[in-house]
Amino acid sequence: MNANPHTRPGDEQYMEMLTQLQAVDFVLCELNLYLDTHPNDANAIEQYNELVQQRWHMANEFETLYGPLMNLGHSYSGYPWQWNDAPWPWQV
Amino acid sequence: MDSQTRVYFPYVSPHDPCPPIRVKSYYVPPQLFIGFQPENLPQFSPMEALMHGTLWPALYSPYVPTGQRERRGEGHS
Amino acid sequence: MWIYEKKLQYPVRVGKCDVRMAKFLMEQYGGADGELAAALRYLNQRYTIPDKVIGLLTDIGTEEFAHLEMIATMVYKLTKDATMEELEAAGLGAHYANHDRALFYENAGGVPFTATYIQAKGDPIADLYEDIAAEEKARATYQWLIDMTDDVDIQDGLKYLREREVVHSLRFREAVEILKEEQGRKKFF
Repeated sequence: MNANPHTRPGDEQYMEMLTQLQAVDFVLCELNLYLDTHPNDANAIEQYNELVQQRWHMANEFETLYGPLMNLGHSYSGYPWQWNDAPWPWQV
Repeated sequence: MDSQTRVYFPYVSPHDPCPPIRVKSYYVPPQLFIGFQPENLPQFSPMEALMHGTLWPALYSPYVPTGQRERRGEGHS
Repeated sequence: MWIYEKKLQYPVRVGKCDVRMAKFLMEQYGGADGELAAALRYLNQRYTIPDKVIGLLTDIGTEEFAHLEMIATMVYKLTKDATMEELEAAGLGAHYANHDRALFYENAGGVPFTATYIQAKGDPIADLYEDIAAEEKARATYQWLIDMTDDVDIQDGLKYLREREVVHSLRFREAVEILKEEQGRKKFF
């Protein structure tokens, strides 16, 4: 059972929101590796921090509709416990 | 051939059993030439970045399958 | 510690039922230059390298696990509905005899994963050069895998993974430059 009865993991909106989140997370990944070797690039740090905030909002919105993205205390769960719900990433 | 590939011409012997591949190629992708990435390089949009596998066009290396780069020639020279 | 995130790093698609390709893809699952070897190599090197580059090894090592999951997704999708006959025709008969459709850490030739794939010399420059070589070898493997399929969806995922090797290679080259800098020298801009 989903947090929202009108949405279903794997539906069109799920794919769209997931891909948008993957895109922002990918930029964060790239900036992260770049900053590991360029720790003094202030512009890149500013861009990174802005995207962290944007990412947080996008992930929250996704999780409200489709359940937790992370385990071990990093995402909220509805009732019943949603972590077990398919699809798992390799099943999508 | 684009700027990320180099070609070479292997020796062809009259005793080779198969029709020779006269031109062979290999890749020299951008990380070999950048050294240390400069700051403030132009960026892809987030979705473009995801699709290209990098945030920076300067680091992008498109790949063309070998089958489309190498052709087997006819006979021996 | 590590925390799992219930999404792939990149939207993996498999466009056609080609069991043969599953066997080849296993090179990047449990092969010498595969994603598992890469992840374990980098994370293990962290304990004996200067502090300045531990962050980079941690982050690239972590990303390699995301890539391992992408390869697993491709293999899973290609084999989950394959019949025993199809698996056998694709050269996976011996795999079926031992594992059914279970994924296993082995290379395309069926050789099981071994710790000898992981290099750890304890010398920072030797280890970083090893890492650069590992990225170039993985890039080459992705090229050969792209050559072996005409499924544009699989090619798309493999081209993404190949590009990641390019970026990782650059970062490791930069790490070498950082370690070459004189001790305590200040950077002026």
